[in-house]
Amino acid sequence: MEASSLALFWARVIALSILVYVLLDGFDLGVGILFGTTRDEMKRGQMMSAISPFWDGNETWLVVIGASLFAAFPPVYAVFLGAFYLPVLLMLIGLIFRGIAFEFRNHSRQLSWLWDHGFFYGSVLVAFVQGAAVGAMMRGIPTENGQYTGGAFTWLHPFPILTGIGLVLGYALLGAGWLVLKSDGAVRDWARERVRPLVIGVLVVLGLAFVITMTVDAGAIAQNNLDQRSWGIAFPAVGLLALVGVHFFARKDADSLPYGLTAVFFIAAFLTLGVMMWPYMIPYGLTVADAAAPEASLRFFSYAGFVALPIITIYTIGVYWVFRGKIGQPQS
Amino acid sequence: MELDPVILSRFQFAFVVTFHIIFPAFTIGLAAWLATIEGMRLFTGNPVYRRIFDFWLKVFAVSFGMGVVTGIVMAFQFGTNWGVLAERTGSIQGPLLGYEAFTAFMLEATFFGVMLLGRNRVSPGFYFFACCMVSIGTMFSSFWILANNSWMQVPLGHEIVDGKIIPSDWQAIVLGPVMMVRWPHMLFAAFLTTAMCVSATGAWYLLRNVHRAEGRVTLHWGLALAAILIPVQMFFGRLAGLYVYKHQPAKFAAIEARWHEEQPATEVWLAWPDEAEKKNLFAIETPGVGSLIATGSWTAPVQGLSDFPEDDWPPVAIPFFGFRIMVGMGLIMLGISWLGNALRWRGTLETSRWFLWPTFLAFPTGFIAVISGWYTAEVGRQPWVVYGLLRTADAVTPSLAGGEVLVSLLTYTLFYTFFVSFGIWYIYKLLRQGPATPTVAVSNITPSRPLAYGDGIPVSTGSEGKD
Repeated sequence: MEASSLALFWARVIALSILVYVLLDGFDLGVGILFGTTRDEMKRGQMMSAISPFWDGNETWLVVIGASLFAAFPPVYAVFLGAFYLPVLLMLIGLIFRGIAFEFRNHSRQLSWLWDHGFFYGSVLVAFVQGAAVGAMMRGIPTENGQYTGGAFTWLHPFPILTGIGLVLGYALLGAGWLVLKSDGAVRDWARERVRPLVIGVLVVLGLAFVITMTVDAGAIAQNNLDQRSWGIAFPAVGLLALVGVHFFARKDADSLPYGLTAVFFIAAFLTLGVMMWPYMIPYGLTVADAAAPEASLRFFSYAGFVALPIITIYTIGVYWVFRGKIGQPQS
Repeated sequence: MELDPVILSRFQFAFVVTFHIIFPAFTIGLAAWLATIEGMRLFTGNPVYRRIFDFWLKVFAVSFGMGVVTGIVMAFQFGTNWGVLAERTGSIQGPLLGYEAFTAFMLEATFFGVMLLGRNRVSPGFYFFACCMVSIGTMFSSFWILANNSWMQVPLGHEIVDGKIIPSDWQAIVLGPVMMVRWPHMLFAAFLTTAMCVSATGAWYLLRNVHRAEGRVTLHWGLALAAILIPVQMFFGRLAGLYVYKHQPAKFAAIEARWHEEQPATEVWLAWPDEAEKKNLFAIETPGVGSLIATGSWTAPVQGLSDFPEDDWPPVAIPFFGFRIMVGMGLIMLGISWLGNALRWRGTLETSRWFLWPTFLAFPTGFIAVISGWYTAEVGRQPWVVYGLLRTADAVTPSLAGGEVLVSLLTYTLFYTFFVSFGIWYIYKLLRQGPATPTVAVSNITPSRPLAYGDGIPVSTGSEGKD
């Protein structure tokens, strides 16, 4: 079965939304992860300030992704959330504790330690679950008739756990890059020192993942399409180069490069996954064509993509412009 | 013991949606209130509006944050627990909820950042624009949610092809007659909820003899708004009742606790519906009024539950009491808002402590009305999740085990109770503390400039952090 052009359009919009989400919420989740590695209240305040105007909009991309899947590919929405029932629960609890921390920590002196812990652990949890979901997707998800057929812990394997840890480190790297970009003084220097160890951490996880898929968990990515699409090797190559670049420029006086090059790394990693999985939306059971909603639904919903999405893009850029420059001033 | 994933999932949905709706019901009205106050400040330059704005903005920030985090949970409930519903009706519900994300969530979330932290980075005109965008975002959100829910109540504009639900008339789905009654009903409910909270806060300050200037303004605005809205709201409530009578007669019978067809029908004002014996105990009732309410005639016949197969009966007690609690709250709002405006007209509002006390205590009336009204609508729709199309019992995710839902239900109960308690406590502290006095810095992030209203000088744009 061939996917209709509207179904392909929505698959592209959703892929793009996931990428935007990872690059945007990735940095504020990463700042949340780094937040837990210092006890210096001045630094913590500055870190919060560097993400406060953006986190809500960033996180909303996750809702946009969920809603778009529900609208354009209902079986994907149903299977994905059914397969990751408990991990998604953990992620949502993590998102709650992250989200409330921004307001709550200003309203209580005695309990601010509690909301700070919630902010840190919530961020780690959200990043880990998202990374583990990617790993579990690479291993494949059992489906039948548009519904999930596995159990509550089918996702749980060493490989997804490793990818979960990898994304925690990867988001932390994005967060460090963001702090270098948006903050000043001690916090910028502190964040800059964290860039290189994090690059090494990400490289170690990538290496381990490679070894695991070659040895103990050989089935993990056996069904992927990278073998037939050898041109796709270009993406992991670019990704590795970008990571090396982050390492190289970490000590240079170029505040936009750590975030920018980490973003390139994430884009390359995302495209690599795309080459491996396409045209599957739920590997390896549901393709874009299998899962597409009726044309009447896609047609009606397409205005969201043609009209609303460009408007969202404009005002999102507008708000980032309003808060341009170094903004990581400490909250008092 | 066998754990039933359907029952547990229903409990879970009821739990997370109940906690969620408290916040949008409040913030839809609050966003409009803030946009209005900011507009008044721009227009009149009166500093009292700035103090009121800065104060309610802090309350808004906490409530909005909790609405966001509890709302994200809602966005995933359909898929995690109601996989069959998602897969079967995704062709219609998906685009509706998708439009909510694209037109409402992004708008409010993005401009919320400007509203909260951007006062000193944008011009006063743009700041007002941001407030309006947040308010419009919250209203768009209610629009799509109500379009979706109205379709679940009275599904129309679709056809069934090879067992699949295919949309055929989007105009009927999005702008159908039921939707055009229920959306205003929800929107006014949200405005009334906020109006009662704002009035109660004003009354509280006057009772404690603090923040008198701000207290008077908020009390006047809140009571005036409620007085205007409540009759309109009752009118739309009446229309909503008529659609139930026409499209969901079994729900109507449950709301009225009418077990058998009656002619003329009796109105049961209060009773204890005994669902086992299928009759009402301790009923207080008036003959003929039941027919009048349903049909406009004193003598027309009205169907009872026994006219429908028992498989299709909704529970009776929750819709019956839910409806009566909602109407009761509406009557309290009517009494307080009209009496309050009468006192204001006579010039004795601020000194009538006997009136200020009940106004203060009426702060939860809107929330109670919203929750009991939703319970009436949703429980009354049972045993269907999409009325006449899909039963709730068939809609749950097939792979889901009872144990998993028990874990998630307990987790949500534990964490929601914990953080919502703190959220309400912080809101209470903010309300008790009240607006900052004119000489003190207002916000902990942006310094307030209480003497600089309407001075027309472009506000600096983020120069403080530049290299």
